Amino acid sequence: MKLLDSAFAFSETALALRGQRMEVLSRNIANSDTPNFKAQDVDFKSVLNDAQGVTSMRATQGGHINRSQTASDANLVYTIPFNSSVDGNTVELSVEQAKYGRAAAQYQATLRFIEGDISGIRKALRGD
Amino acid sequence: MSMSNIFGIAGSAMNAQLTRMNASASNMANSSTVAGSEAEAYKAKRPVFEALLSEYQTNSKFPAVGGVKIAEMAQDDSPNNSLYDPGHPNADENGMVFMSNVNEVVEMVDMLAAARSYQNNVEVVNTAKQLMMKTLEITKA
Repeated sequence: MKLLDSAFAFSETALALRGQRMEVLSRNIANSDTPNFKAQDVDFKSVLNDAQGVTSMRATQGGHINRSQTASDANLVYTIPFNSSVDGNTVELSVEQAKYGRAAAQYQATLRFIEGDISGIRKALRGD
Repeated sequence: MSMSNIFGIAGSAMNAQLTRMNASASNMANSSTVAGSEAEAYKAKRPVFEALLSEYQTNSKFPAVGGVKIAEMAQDDSPNNSLYDPGHPNADENGMVFMSNVNEVVEMVDMLAAARSYQNNVEVVNTAKQLMMKTLEITKA
């Protein structure tokens, strides 16, 4: 099903990345009281570069192993807090909550795009 | 699947915050305990949080990677108040009894902070759950 695979590939990768970012942010919220914990975030630009093969290796021959298209530890960056805290924790809870809410909305938006793709294909199949 | 890891992460955080609340409750309950010597007197318990990163990072199948755990229950080393009460059965030879070193105001504030953090993680779980349900309904489009 090469056709269907390529129809959904873009949104599918995007959805996986959105989910991953939510995981990273939930990690920050979970550790909001942990001393010396450093808040992290996904660097969207570096993931995009990797996906486009700008900075990463590409599988061009049969024996090559394709690296996964979603974010790895290399795509995580440490966030710089607005205010430092005494215990070395760089999580700012309200900032993280805002980010988490935004990430949830972006996830939902990506879902809508996939739903649109599906209903488009279904319409084409039905022929009405 | 990274979305399902959120449940493990937030769950570990809720667990840690509950332990913190338990420690506060225990401290409050023992705030008026007295003992015959400073060594025996009740010391406030403080949980020490630690991120579940270093030891489990290699084992990525663990569902709560990046979560939080209680590294140890530390003791508050601030000095215990002593009280002159020669009639007390626990009093030492000088007639002194030693109170616990629990500060109720500190414990109340700590309990509020723990409750707030717990609620935050509940919200995280709720949002992730709703999004997963929506993802399941994608075929109905």
